[in-house]
Amino acid sequence: MSGAGPQSDSFEELAMPLFDQLYNFAHWLTRNREEAEDLVQETYAKALKGFSSFQLGTNFRAWMYRILRNTFLTSRTGLKATMNLPLDTEDSRPALAVDRDTPETILIERSDRQLVQSAIDELPVNFREVLLLCEVEEMSYQEIAETLSIPIGTVMSRLSRARQMLRDYLGLREKGMNHGL
Amino acid sequence: MVCESWKAKLDTYLDGELAEEEMRAFDAHVRSCLSCAADALARVQMKRTIQVAGKQFTPSAEFRRRMQQRIATKPRRNPRLGWMLAVAAAAILVVGALTSTYVGTTRSRRDQVYSELADLHVATLASSSPVDVVSSDRHTVKPWFQGKIPFTFDLPELKNSEFSLRGGRLAYLGQTPGAHLVYGIRKHEISVFIFQERSQPSGLGEEPSMTKALSFNLETWSQGGLRYFAIGDASTADIDNLAGLFKTTSL
Repeated sequence: MSGAGPQSDSFEELAMPLFDQLYNFAHWLTRNREEAEDLVQETYAKALKGFSSFQLGTNFRAWMYRILRNTFLTSRTGLKATMNLPLDTEDSRPALAVDRDTPETILIERSDRQLVQSAIDELPVNFREVLLLCEVEEMSYQEIAETLSIPIGTVMSRLSRARQMLRDYLGLREKGMNHGL
Repeated sequence: MVCESWKAKLDTYLDGELAEEEMRAFDAHVRSCLSCAADALARVQMKRTIQVAGKQFTPSAEFRRRMQQRIATKPRRNPRLGWMLAVAAAAILVVGALTSTYVGTTRSRRDQVYSELADLHVATLASSSPVDVVSSDRHTVKPWFQGKIPFTFDLPELKNSEFSLRGGRLAYLGQTPGAHLVYGIRKHEISVFIFQERSQPSGLGEEPSMTKALSFNLETWSQGGLRYFAIGDASTADIDNLAGLFKTTSL
């Protein structure tokens, strides 16, 4: 009890609404139900313990995600997942490469949720997490930067590469990159 | 060539992360550039697919209960302080919810609906058989929907207007069925979608009724428990006129 600050009464109110989304994110990171549960559980335990040092009014969601993600990185699965990650080198591909998606490819995308799920799953973890935080959690670049403790520029370049990898995986590039780069 | 500098920022634009001025400039550009509008449409579609695909895993009820118990075991040392803090936390939650969540989620839900409608409109026009009931006669088109959708609606008389009815088809929005009518005016086509109001996310009617969705003009209104959307590349005046015809018909 000594670790709990006076704010511990509101921890539950703040933290429980995030439960589903944190679990979803944990499952994407660990790719495994049991490990996801362990990860979420540990995250909540750490957060509750450190809640006295959390300043009300600052971004609680980013704080929770940061704890979850740091906990993941030091877990066995996390360490394994972060080995041999692609470096944040300058993107070798110009960001302006825009696919010429046609209505047909749009329809393919629409129907094939599973394909997209396996495409996300194929992404190296540092690209997977940035993509999920942006598209699923709808975090701003600033929030993502806070959560992952990386500069905004890195958020943008990782996002751009993650999207490119996803498109490559989905084979949309073949649909015609005929327009000049 | 000029477009390439725009396209380089397309994702950032769609993430809503450009500076305000640039956002506005981009809006204007997308409205006038078919190529960028098409790319934007495809990317939005992709974003949405990722969003849906990304929400894949849900915790079990048992795990949720376990977590709740763990968190809720903290005894309150000072009930009064606790109460005050709970009020403060609730106030923060309310303010937070009202400002960010409310604006964010209703807006993103609304934008999602709009972009879905834009997709339906474009996909229909791109199809070789855009409508399932081909007729310019409203007395043919309306009965065709009988038994296909869980409501009925009235179609306007077009005799003294420039509009012509091309036909209709079933449309789905958020897993609920509705009517999709295609109208022509000069060389433009306008889609009118009709769904039950209660099946649509709230907040749709809170913006000015005429908005832009990916460079299309869109007008939405609610009447008689139904939610109407008129969308197309026709001018706002044309769309407004067509909407007006609907509004007076259903009175």
